[in-house]
Parts: sequence; structure tokens; C-alpha cells
Amino acid sequence: MKKELIELRVNGRARELAIEPSALLLDILRNELQLTGSKRGCDDSSCGACTVLVNGVAMMSCTLLAASCEGQEITTVEGVSEHGALAAIQKAYGDWGGAQCGYCTPGFMMTVKSLLAENPNPSEAEVRAALSSNLCRCTGYSQMYEAIRSAIAAEQQGLVAK
Amino acid sequence: MNDFSIIGKPIAMIDAAEKTTGAGKYTDDLSVPGMLIGKILHSPYPHARIKRIDTNRAEKYDGVVAVVVGKDAPNPYGILPVGHDEHALALDKVRYVGDNVACVVAVSESIAEKALELIDIEYEVLPAYFDPEESMKAQSDLIHDSKPQNVEKDYHHVFGDPDKGFAEADQIAEARFIANEVTHAAMEPHSTLASFELDPHTGKPGRLTVWSSTQVPYYLQHKLSLVLEMPMSQTRVIKPLVGGGFGGKSEVIPLEIIAAVAARKAKAPVKITYTREEVFWAHRGRPRTIIDLKTGVTSDGRITAVKARVVQDGGAYCSYGVVTILYSGALLGALYDIPNIQYDGYRVLTNKPACGAMRGHGTVNVRFAFESQLDELAAKIGMDPAKIRQSNLLQTPCITVNGLRVQSYGLPECIEKTVERSGWKARKGKLPKGRGLGIACSHYVSGAANSIIRSDMPHSTVNIKIDRDGGVVVYTGASEIGQGSDTMTAQIAAEVLGGSLARVRVIAADTDLTPIDIGSYSSRVTFMAGNATLRAATEVKKLIAAAAARKMGCEIEELIFRDDAIFRKGGTESGASESAQTSRGPDGRGRPSPHGSTESDRLTQSHGAELPTVSGHVEGQILRGSLQQKRKEEGPKNSMTFEEAVVAAIDFHGALTGTGSYAPPPEARGGKHKGAGVGPSPAYSYSAQVAEVSVDEETGEVTVHKVWAAHDCGRALNPVSVEGQIIGSVWMGMGQALTEEMVWKDGMLMNAGLLEYRSPSSVESPAVEPIIVESIDPEGPFGAKECSEGSLAATIPAIANAIFDAVGVRLHESPFTPERVLAALRAKKNAKALNLTEGVDPTSPIRFREHGGSLCFNGKGPERHALDPSRRETPSVAGSAD
Repeated sequence: MKKELIELRVNGRARELAIEPSALLLDILRNELQLTGSKRGCDDSSCGACTVLVNGVAMMSCTLLAASCEGQEITTVEGVSEHGALAAIQKAYGDWGGAQCGYCTPGFMMTVKSLLAENPNPSEAEVRAALSSNLCRCTGYSQMYEAIRSAIAAEQQGLVAK
Repeated sequence: MNDFSIIGKPIAMIDAAEKTTGAGKYTDDLSVPGMLIGKILHSPYPHARIKRIDTNRAEKYDGVVAVVVGKDAPNPYGILPVGHDEHALALDKVRYVGDNVACVVAVSESIAEKALELIDIEYEVLPAYFDPEESMKAQSDLIHDSKPQNVEKDYHHVFGDPDKGFAEADQIAEARFIANEVTHAAMEPHSTLASFELDPHTGKPGRLTVWSSTQVPYYLQHKLSLVLEMPMSQTRVIKPLVGGGFGGKSEVIPLEIIAAVAARKAKAPVKITYTREEVFWAHRGRPRTIIDLKTGVTSDGRITAVKARVVQDGGAYCSYGVVTILYSGALLGALYDIPNIQYDGYRVLTNKPACGAMRGHGTVNVRFAFESQLDELAAKIGMDPAKIRQSNLLQTPCITVNGLRVQSYGLPECIEKTVERSGWKARKGKLPKGRGLGIACSHYVSGAANSIIRSDMPHSTVNIKIDRDGGVVVYTGASEIGQGSDTMTAQIAAEVLGGSLARVRVIAADTDLTPIDIGSYSSRVTFMAGNATLRAATEVKKLIAAAAARKMGCEIEELIFRDDAIFRKGGTESGASESAQTSRGPDGRGRPSPHGSTESDRLTQSHGAELPTVSGHVEGQILRGSLQQKRKEEGPKNSMTFEEAVVAAIDFHGALTGTGSYAPPPEARGGKHKGAGVGPSPAYSYSAQVAEVSVDEETGEVTVHKVWAAHDCGRALNPVSVEGQIIGSVWMGMGQALTEEMVWKDGMLMNAGLLEYRSPSSVESPAVEPIIVESIDPEGPFGAKECSEGSLAATIPAIANAIFDAVGVRLHESPFTPERVLAALRAKKNAKALNLTEGVDPTSPIRFREHGGSLCFNGKGPERHALDPSRRETPSVAGSAD
């Protein structure tokens, strides 16, 4: 298939890429841009390990055409830690055991980020509903709720500077 | 109380930041220059002879570099020495839908995929076997010629006198239980990257490096060497981050060998990553198990005898099968005091993907049956279900009737705590109709006392190196798969040496760098690799202590290693020690309360000035030699920094290294009967759980509201991780109890996707209250034992028993899907079972019949041979899924 030249904005940086029109965003991120934080856990948007933000909306990049994202702002897990320090949610996931094997964690980071952007103080039911787009096989999710609660508290108290 | 500075504190895993930032590399994230992509062609038939393979057209396709077939690697292998029945790619026969036939290596994934279609294969389809009990009657067309009646292995054990035991019983229960097949579904699909280096002396391909998502790098190295006919020393296996295993990566998976064979043939590095569908085909999960169980109890609740006949649907290859069927019998013992046991186990071959080891290996399904039946007997004799369990406790230390040595035994406390926390006494039997409580117990090994490959070698070895910078580097072959193995290693080394965690660097699971460790399976890492780390660190500590004692002019026994310094007992301790005396939580372990108010209690290594960081400056001292340092230190002192002591020790001893290894003691290795090697462990973990469920009697839907899970892990080295493992086990058990099931039709997996398999999401997951019980094992590192698997087995029967409490029906087949619950409820009322699917293809699995029946298989599935058992008219033969 003939390649096309497109420009993607990923984590605030513009990248010019020659891609096949059928290329999936996940493959472009992982193979062309070496942003391997987004994972492939299935091939059919079942698991959410590939979740990225497209203009702030959590989307599964394994079933999204890269070409359709031209001109939109894409944020991957690599764009979550700011200024070289862990974001509150990243720190909290580590402290509270929200990540075990870590394979699903990048997807959860993006889902939680998008949840908290929309709803800074979600109830547990809202957290559960939001997280249900992503699967985890290690944690049983419980420690993730604690991590999210603690990250919200940390943000509110400004404990995590920067 | 023991005063540890790192052990027992909740800490973030040392690789947590790599995981939350996405910086950590899993195998599929790796690429090397010139790397090609491999794709595997799978068999469309459950049982067929390969008459001809023609790869010509595929080889000529533009972009294809090589096509690999069975004869490129004809040596058989298998994880067990008794089960070398697999080939990387099928040689003459395929044995399940999804069996590996050929591999195309190409410059891109899409080209490789297209080329797969160009491989021409002629098959002669053979009759296939899908149900183990049918398969056991096979006379011809055996799955493996060397296994008559398709029985992989059978064992018949009698301990004590079961007949006498049943004669003494006041009540006997007998029933058939079925636990359907489940799989690991780890989030990371299997992936392997293989690359050869050219040998500078011969100019030909020499050493092989394999990066793979494996729990067992050493076994992989061993099997690669066997199949490729290369010395193990020329094969390097590196385990990058692994995205979950649960047993699915605890043996050599075909793609690991295929990638290496393909790299050799293509003369370039090759990476193969399974799709999610291929992961389901690779399987190696928990077999469908048919359990005919008979238990006798006296009227005061004592178990007098147990008789179990277990048939496991093992799939097409041996895999871990012989071990699985032995665990099913051996772990009838060591939980309760059972004087008489009869066990008949059959591991049967069928034309489905091979089953292997999965979390709670071998014990889970039998435990479901046993704990359900015990509940039934409690009801018969009118005893409280918690009480009947308390009436059958072991008197420890002891050796059970089947030869298992039990030392630490936290089961009594586990039962007590769950009963107390769940409000069992006040609430059991008093909940509104449709809601109920159930209790069950389980246990598991802390590593097998006998390794798969019989030898006297230690099961774990750990090396520690400390250089003049004071950095502690621990080399361990143990495999971090998300359970916290690296963090456990770092904690133990830091605790022994009195250093902070930031000082310790763990280099793990690289066969060139790290000493042999047999891998992450059977919950062995904390106990065995932990003990090896403890011994290695103790050895290094001795060297440092000898030098420090000389410097400080005191005896070695007077020294205390703590807070990155060495103190003389009774001497004035520096302020450093106060800062590390972290305040403790209400339970004395410095844990945060579940609602996160004690953030400052947590040990943190990243930032924050008030928190302990690596101490001791060594400015210039390495460059200028230690002479000045020595002069400065003249005269006895009461304390030294860790760095000063390390420099002194290196000056004194020349180098600072230590090695420790662990092999289970002979007393823990079990009895002498055939098959006695499986089941013995140096220590057992114990669990007791109470589940609270509600059952919708209209729809048959079961909801688990909460599980109280007490687990005796010996000592919780890192409580956050221990709780994570308990919750994860309970959650996975709940999945098997309620939704997860591999649904088969004629050897075809009908639900090879994560949503179709129904791995529970966050909205379906119950609250789990983990309760840590510490029995302090006499041989465990700091008293620690297993915590990652044992809890799983109790969850399924706890839920089953809670369903009985809620609506009075006892389910004998897992998972407890709405249709099974509804059928049981209607049977109880003597009502006819609802048949929602009349007129629909009777051979399709029940679950799919409900949704309109025959799916795409109405004539579109693989053509079946005239002798194929599934073509016979009787519906009972039509596959195991019904």
C-alpha cells in the first residue's frame, strides 16, 4: 500500500511520518515513534492496555487509524510524568500496589487521567465504572481504588510539588 | 517484637516507576537492528496427519526471508523429563486446533501473514477425542502412540485404611464435581526475540541470545540447548519485564523455540509475538477436572476418610500434567488432619490445547469439591461450617499420612480471624433470603521440595557484590513477573546489611549474569530465592563486620548494622538511627490505614528531604586511595558509615562478594511411594475465607459482595505486596467461580478473546478484605512463606457454600453461571429445566446456544472426518462443553 505523509502531535511534539493509510495508531506509536509504553494486550479493544488520550479523550489506539488522528493532540503514558518527576497518580499506583506486572498500567494511567480531568472527585462507583474499560489480571482492582483516592488527596493537598 | 528497618514495611516495588511511566521494557517492546518478524501457521484440525507441506510459494513471496517447518528442529522436548512429547513445529501430526505447523519470517508482520496463506499443506484428518472419559476408551488413532487409552499417566495411592475409615463414619457424602477449564489470560501476550552473534573465530553463527516473556529462564535455556543442539553455555536467556504469568509462562511455549530456530534459518534476529487468540491456543491453563469425591465424618465432625477419583482433561501434550495430577492428590493432605486417603488420578490426553500449571497448580479444583462436600457434611451432622473445619486441624509440627511435613500452621488463626471480621457468628443463616455467607479453607506449597529436573543442585543461588562506592549489587536468577520478586530480594539484602533500599541494585534473570534459579513457579521465590539472598548477604556482612570490628577495636558480635551505618552496641548511636525509626501504624507494622491517612509512614526512596537516602560521602577517597581515610579514622570509634566499613573491608579482604544458595532440607522432601516427589514443600501457606453473595432467583445471577480473606504467609515482608497477592488470588478465584470458562466445540475454542472469556472487570469485582496472618515459619527467610497462590483455591468453594446458604442449592459444576444456578434452583423445586434453546444446534455449547445457537459453525467449521466422535449422533459425545 502506498504510504502517505502525515503529521501527528504526540505528547506536545509534532512528528512527521510516512505511514500506510491502514496503519493503526498503536503500531505507529510503538514501531515508528518507539513510544512502547502503550501496550497491545488484545487486538480488538477488549483490554484497554493501548489507551491513549486523543484531544483529552481516552481512546484505544489498537483500533484507531493513525491517519484519522492527524492534527489532533495525542497523549501517551510517556507524556504523563511531567518535568521529569512522577505524576501523583503514578506515584500512588506504585505506593499502593496498583501496578503488579505493570502491563496494563499505562492504559490505566490514561483512563484515570481522563476520568480525573472530567471529574476531579469521583465516587467509588464512578471510579469502578470508568476503570471497567481496562482489564487487569493481577490486582483485582482494589488497590487501584486506594491509589486513585490517595492521588486525588495528594493533588488536593499539593503534596506533590511541580 | 522484632525490630526490622525494611522488612514488614509497605513499600513501592523497586520497578514501580518503570511500570507507571511506561519506560519499562517488555519483550515485545524490544527491537534490534535487522530484526525480522515471525508469524506461525496453526493447524485447523484437531487431529490430523500431515501428508505434505509445500512452502515454495511462500518462500518466493516478496519480503519473505525464510519459512521454518518441523524438520528444521526435529528434537522433541517438554517441560518435564518424562514428557518430552512436543516439537517446536509439528513433524508428522497435529494434535489440536492451533497446533504449530510452520513459521514464516519476513520483513514485516503483514507480509508474514500474507505468506502464511501461501503454504500448501495436505492433511489426513483423524478421529479426534474431546472428552476425557471418552478418550480413555480409545483403542485406535491414539493421540500419542506411546500412551495407550490416551492416558498420559495414572496414579493410585492409598494412605491409612480408607475402608476402615468409612466404616467408622457416621455420615458419608458422595458426589461428582466438575470444574471447567480456565486459562491464565495474562495481560502480556507471549513474545520472544532471538538473535545469533557471529563467532569471530569461526565466522559462523555462534552464541544465541533470547529475550523472552518467561517465568523460567533456566528451563528455557535448557530446552533451547536440547532442541537446537547447542551447549547451554552458548545460549543466553534474558527475561525483560514480564506482564503476568500465573503459570502460563512457567514452561517453554512453542514460540520461544520457534523464534530461535527461525533466527538460525533466517540468519537474522527474529521476534515473534502471539496475538491474543494465539495466547488462548497456547493455553497451558487449568484442566477441566472431573472429581468423584467421597468423604466420611463422625457425628462430632472428625473426618475419618476421603476417597477421590480425579480425571483431568489434559489436552494434547503432557506439559506439566504428571505434576498436576499428583498435586491434586497430594494436597488432599496437609490442610486438615485426615487419617485415611484413597486417591486415583488420571491425566488424560484429548485433542485440545495442552493444559499445564496455573495459579494454585493442581489443588484448586479438588479443593472446590472437598470444601463443598465438607460443608454438606456439616449440614448433615448439624454443625457450624466453621466449626467442622476447626474440628479437623493438624497437630503441628507433624508429618501427614501422605508424607508431607508441616511446621508453621496458621490455619486456626486464619479461620478465627475471618469468622470474627465477617461477623460470621452473628450473621450466618440470618441474612435475608437470597443472600448468604460461605466459608472455605485452602493451602499451598512454598515451592516444591523436589525440582523438575532431578539433581542435587540448589534451587536458588544468589551472588552479592559490593564495590568501594558502597553500592550493593544482588545477582539473582529469580524471575520478577509482577509478584515483587526483585523487591523482595532487595529488601532482604538491605535488611541484612543495614542499608537503605536505594543502595541495593538487583540484576535478575539473565543466564549470563545471574546464577541458576529454577524460576518463578509453585510460589517458590520468596522462600527459596529469599533464603539464598539472606545467606549471601549474611556472608558479605561477615566480611564487613570483620573489618569494621578491627577498625572499631571491638568484637564482631558487638556490631549492629542499621541505617547505612555500623554501630557498636551500647555506643552512642548517631541521629541517623532515629530518622529511620519510622512511626508504626496501629497494627505495629507501619502500614498505612486502608484509607490513606498515614502517608508519612511509608518508606519512600524517591524524593523528600526528610526521608532516608543513601548516606555517607566518599568524596575523593576512591581516587586518593584510602590512606587519608585510614589516618582520619585512627583511634577506636563507636560507629562507621556503611561506605567506610566497605572500604575497610575491601582493603582488608581484597574483594567483597558473597554467595548463598538454598536447597530444601531432606526431611521436607516427602515419602517414598511412587509419585511422592510432588506435594512436599519446605513450608505450606494457609488460607481461610468467608464470601458474602446474593443470588437473584429469577435470573440465576450470583453477585459476590465481599470476601474476607485471611492468609498465613509466615511473615509479610512487604504488606502492600502480600495484600495485593491475596486480593489478586481471591479475584482470580472469583473469576473461575462465576464467569471464566473455556468453551469448546469439536476442539474449537469458542471464546478466544478477553471479553468473550469474561475476565471480570472492575464493576464485577467484589471488595476483598485481606487479613494477614503471620505464623513465622522456622525455615523461611525472616519466617516468610508463600502468599501468591494459596488463597485462590478457597474462593471458589467459599462462594459455592455461600450460594447454598443464600438459596439452598449446591452447585457441583463451576463456573456458577446463571444457567447452572437457574437449573439447580428449578431442580430443587422439581420444576422442569428451562430450555431456552430448543431447536438450536444441539452440539453447540450451552452458553452460545442461548445467544442464538450455532454461531459461525453452521457448516463453516473445519470438515470433520467420518469417524470423528463429534459426528456421532448421541449428544453426550458431542464435546465436553455441555
